[in-house]
Amino acid sequence: MSPRCSWLYRLPGRALLGGIRTLPTTRCPGLHRSLTSSAHPPQICIVGSGPAGFYTAQHLLRHHTQAVVDIYEKLPVPFGLVRFGVAPDHPEVKNVINTFTQTAHSERCTFLGNVTVGRDVTIEELQTAYHAVVLSYGAEDKRLLGIPGENLPGVYSARDFVGWYNGLPDNRHLSPDFSAETAVILGQGNVALDIARILLSPIDLLKKTDITQTALDALSNSRIRKVWLVGRRGPLQVAFTIKELREMIILPGTRPANNPSDYQNLGDFIKDLPRPRKRLTELLVKAALEKPGEKEALRRSQSDREWGLRFLRSPVAVLPSEDGKKAAGIRLSVTRLEGNGENAVAVPTGETEDIPCGLILSSIGYKSVPISSSVPFLHKNGIIPNSMGRVQDAPGLYCSGWVKRGPTGVIATTMTDSFDTAQSLLEDIKSGALNYSENRLGASAIRELLLLRGIQPVSFSDWEKIDAVEAARGAEVGKPREKILDPEEMLQLVCR
Amino acid sequence: MAYHTPKLVRMLLGGLHVNVCPRNFTHVQKLATNHSRGFTSSARCQDGQSSSGSTDDNLTVNFINRHGETLKATAKEGESLLEVVIRHHLNIDGFGACEGTLACSTCHLIFDPKHFDQLGPISDEEMDMLDLAFGLTDTSRLGCQICMSKAIDGMTVHVPKDVADARGETVGQQSQN
Repeated sequence: MSPRCSWLYRLPGRALLGGIRTLPTTRCPGLHRSLTSSAHPPQICIVGSGPAGFYTAQHLLRHHTQAVVDIYEKLPVPFGLVRFGVAPDHPEVKNVINTFTQTAHSERCTFLGNVTVGRDVTIEELQTAYHAVVLSYGAEDKRLLGIPGENLPGVYSARDFVGWYNGLPDNRHLSPDFSAETAVILGQGNVALDIARILLSPIDLLKKTDITQTALDALSNSRIRKVWLVGRRGPLQVAFTIKELREMIILPGTRPANNPSDYQNLGDFIKDLPRPRKRLTELLVKAALEKPGEKEALRRSQSDREWGLRFLRSPVAVLPSEDGKKAAGIRLSVTRLEGNGENAVAVPTGETEDIPCGLILSSIGYKSVPISSSVPFLHKNGIIPNSMGRVQDAPGLYCSGWVKRGPTGVIATTMTDSFDTAQSLLEDIKSGALNYSENRLGASAIRELLLLRGIQPVSFSDWEKIDAVEAARGAEVGKPREKILDPEEMLQLVCR
Repeated sequence: MAYHTPKLVRMLLGGLHVNVCPRNFTHVQKLATNHSRGFTSSARCQDGQSSSGSTDDNLTVNFINRHGETLKATAKEGESLLEVVIRHHLNIDGFGACEGTLACSTCHLIFDPKHFDQLGPISDEEMDMLDLAFGLTDTSRLGCQICMSKAIDGMTVHVPKDVADARGETVGQQSQN
């Protein structure tokens, strides 16, 4: 299944005969670099080219004058969740790409896309070729609901749904069902709000974003008019942040439909909350209880789509349609809270409630997966055990981003945590804990292996060709870009 | 490039107004071709007196970075603190990740109370982003929203120490968001 350049299939035999040293150095910038440098520079590689990978690279390159930092990515295109996770109507957030691009343009940084670490090349091989390996491969799996009916058509994970509208190759055939009037999103975080916004936004707003044409076409014909975001706990425990809530409240063509009784008794609690939670709760209360001004009341009355938060409900089962072929509703267990604040626990009361709906999206979090049996992994927490980014009991191995601390936080959180990991690595170089006296071949050694295996890495300038084509296709239809969905097509653009 | 449009549309339709420096919603530009991050026009203060852009680089501002170093910089009237940091390539890691579009909190700065009081009102949108900032204080603002003026000439601002306090030396623990 690995996308490869066809001409490369013919090369392995020759490469074997030629041996490592006969390769022209022009094809091996890493080798060239290490030969011309007076001392051996630390050779570092990063697995994953999302924000964690790029911010780690940025810090290393900026604070070490010789370190060589190579970034491996399994897709032919860089930037991870900035490209495939950030909502298409949040282009401001994607400005971070400009800084990442600067980092990739550094002479000491090489991007190697289309290389799946763990399949095309092993962690052990990376550790042999580099002095240090930083794991920044994120959280690519989803948490499962673990309820009957979860696999029925009409039920999708947020991860897949977001991947679908953002052009993630793996999700391009998802084809979600928008034929029902009501959608239920299980979860009350920012991803849940992103999805609600995408489901309910006027299509003319989405047309100007980099959402895929496939998603745009499907959403144009969507019959979804109501979106409920369901949480096990109460309004004081919602996980989304205030910016996203504010956007939702003012989303054109939609009106909030919240249950006032959920908010009526919050007044006493609010004043003692920390500022972020306090402002968030105040906005929730305002949206639910305050009588809107004339203009806003008019806007709401003219809106034909609605959304709302449903609290103290935990999913029990997806209810099938009569023919059993797709989802037709969801059964929720009514819960009550034990304890207060962030640590409150939802306990079932024994009552249930059924909501008829044709689209169910589970947005209950992402999960990291182990990359190799040789790398320690805490299955319970879904992270690599570490101390300030140093992988436990594994010298020379580091981690940053979601695989380090779990799949939460905004890009700024990942930035700081990646800088911390880079700082740990730099300290280890300085203290001698990370020995780099022995020369390592870095990317040139790995390119050798990849060549033998018929894998053609995609360079950053290759990506810039793909980028230019996407931008040109987008410009034709008034979008910032039209993403290419098929990795084969991406590879064809760079393999000429 | 239509990059700024959705936000602009949201702002307009939502009837929201940004009190301090409306520049960010009217002058945000996509900077794909400008990798040097000299985004002089993206975070330009446009609050009246400086709409044409003062050319006199005759104000000063001091930044104390995370390492405790004092970075002294000249500034033009009406220039945002984010612009000052970028223009002088000041050594503040990760500053201004979203390039002055109020989509992150990486240009978080802490002011002395006497200068803080000179800064004028703060928009809900800036408050929303500050809520996500590490080390939030009562005198925190976002650098992209602060325009240099004579009233704050010569002031010293602190880049917050980062997040060791929020996470500490964790081994295998999930941090709080």
